[in-house]
Amino acid sequence: MPRKKSRMSQEVNAGSMADIAFLLLIFFLVTTTIASDKGITNVLPPKLDPNQPPPEVDKNERNIFKILINSNDQLLVEDDFRDNSDGLDQEVKEFVMNFGEPDQENIDLFNSLPPVLKGQANRDPESSDHPNEAVVSIKTNRGTSYDLYLEVLDKVKKAYYEIYAERVGLTADEYRALSSRTAAEKELMDRGKENIPMAISIAEPDKGGE
Amino acid sequence: MAKFKKKTKTEENIPTSALPDIIFMLLFFFMVTTVLREQELLVEQKLPQASQLQKLEKKSLISYLFIGKPKNPSVYGTEPRIQANDALITTNDIVLWVNQEKDKLSEAERDQIYVSLKADRDVKMGPIGDIQSELREADARKILYASVGKVDQ
Repeated sequence: MPRKKSRMSQEVNAGSMADIAFLLLIFFLVTTTIASDKGITNVLPPKLDPNQPPPEVDKNERNIFKILINSNDQLLVEDDFRDNSDGLDQEVKEFVMNFGEPDQENIDLFNSLPPVLKGQANRDPESSDHPNEAVVSIKTNRGTSYDLYLEVLDKVKKAYYEIYAERVGLTADEYRALSSRTAAEKELMDRGKENIPMAISIAEPDKGGE
Repeated sequence: MAKFKKKTKTEENIPTSALPDIIFMLLFFFMVTTVLREQELLVEQKLPQASQLQKLEKKSLISYLFIGKPKNPSVYGTEPRIQANDALITTNDIVLWVNQEKDKLSEAERDQIYVSLKADRDVKMGPIGDIQSELREADARKILYASVGKVDQ
């Protein structure tokens, strides 16, 4: 009979433990941040030597894709006025892959491309000669909003990443997620980029109009 | 009838002893995936949206610059300011700051420093351009425009 009594309640009441754990959890939720080290990468040009004159740029007009943004956030893309950046990624892509006047080296490059990219070559004599020559230039004003500048840069990057990704048969998201940690991924990355440099020139903002 | 009655009398409370375990699991998940807030933000931060985001591989190489309107306009005014570490600095201090950040890294990694520009979306390009030219001066040319993800149309 006394034996039965000791068996009655053997478990410890752990109901309040959940409350304590909840308190801890909420404390962590409030005091911590989820690390977000994501963004658009960019490499600035090196500082110019004041003793030397700036290097002469002798590029043909047709090899430069010009994007100007004024202080009212209006765009001038290849001398065309527009209000927003819709469709810019597609235009940049067409510009880079135009192959208007390729030399022998770039004819080889063209022949090595997958058919998806070959189909995009418009061979427009007014547009870029070949991807090695093509430069996308973004020029802003001091009063341009950072938001719009990043949106335009984002679209230009998107165009390049799509080209790279299509070249190795991935989607742009998959290509961007590649890291140089494993040899196989690095090889894939290099194969996408090979001979198509991401040439984005960012001019210093214009004075005035702040 | 009697049989049924007997059944309902036994064990009325639900065992809750597994609940703390579940909560602890959640807690550990949060402890592992998040970082403690290292510094107090003195400027407003609403990061712009972008779709072509990349993640940097080595966290130790990143230094942060926060740019935005001061949260306390009565002391610091309403013009966008730059925050490095815990203090507001001016554009002229950037070269010094970069050199301090570089000193924290090992010899071999010094030229690989990444500067993460955490700029508010309302900032204009003027201050950003000034910062960029100072960073060129300090030879910290790799920058990251910190932004949050956007769903592609």
